Amino acid sequence: MFSRDALRGVGCRGRGSVGRPDWASPLILGMKRLKRKTHLLVVLMVFFSSAGDILLSKGMKQVGSVSVASPASLVQAFLHTIVNGTIWLGIGSFLMFFVCYMLVLSWADYSYVMPASAIGYAIVPLLGYALLGEAVSSTRWAGVGFICLGVMLVGRTPPRTTEPE
Amino acid sequence: MTTRTALFLAIVVFSGTGGEICATRAMKSIGEVKGFAPHVVFSALGRAFRVGWMWLGIALMALSFYSFLALLSWSPVSFVIPASALSYAVGALGAKFLLGERVNGLRWVGVLLVCLGVALAWAG
Repeated sequence: MFSRDALRGVGCRGRGSVGRPDWASPLILGMKRLKRKTHLLVVLMVFFSSAGDILLSKGMKQVGSVSVASPASLVQAFLHTIVNGTIWLGIGSFLMFFVCYMLVLSWADYSYVMPASAIGYAIVPLLGYALLGEAVSSTRWAGVGFICLGVMLVGRTPPRTTEPE
Repeated sequence: MTTRTALFLAIVVFSGTGGEICATRAMKSIGEVKGFAPHVVFSALGRAFRVGWMWLGIALMALSFYSFLALLSWSPVSFVIPASALSYAVGALGAKFLLGERVNGLRWVGVLLVCLGVALAWAG
């Protein structure tokens, strides 16, 4: 796959714009389409992963503290867990996360998707601060800033750098 | 850091990224999934689960997950998550050398900033 950088500096004259050959337009359009669907899947991954965390945490709190004192109490906790609807919603969210992750890896680089999906670590403190008024320490703000900057830089690289098999 | 903590941390990082790299290899081998219709998605996943790399990937990811849980049973989460942020750097190295991805300077800087950011966000 040609990156946008690779297309820069090609000196042929084309119909659409000066300095861009005729064959470059479909490639650039293809790259834009690839980037758009990669970003959509990364957003879905972050959403389902965060939703899964929240739902499982809520579900386990409904089940109550799990006692490991005896096998019978473990079995009872397991039965309470598998009849809890919130836990099933959490499991469903994680399955959706896994499906989105696998789909995006069918075309995008692992070294692009993995750091890009870390934006979830920045969104959670931001939402906590904006919606719930939670206190966020200066160290955590610095972390959020670094994540956003890192994701922005990764986002400026082409989502796919290998040839499709 | 005790030897046991270091060992489990290494398993979390290397097994987790190794598993994701194997799964990536499986997904790349089936080709780009075009379209999000349920039958297209299920058919693609069905083909992916017939590739050995996918099962190796799932086994490694499961090992990483259980090691992560074990690590949490004796170490605080404020240590475990920042330390496991190393996975981003190890993953980028694996992607470059095992998957042949071209990780340029910009992407390296981004990955390292994400590593540092995740570590700080949890340590704080």
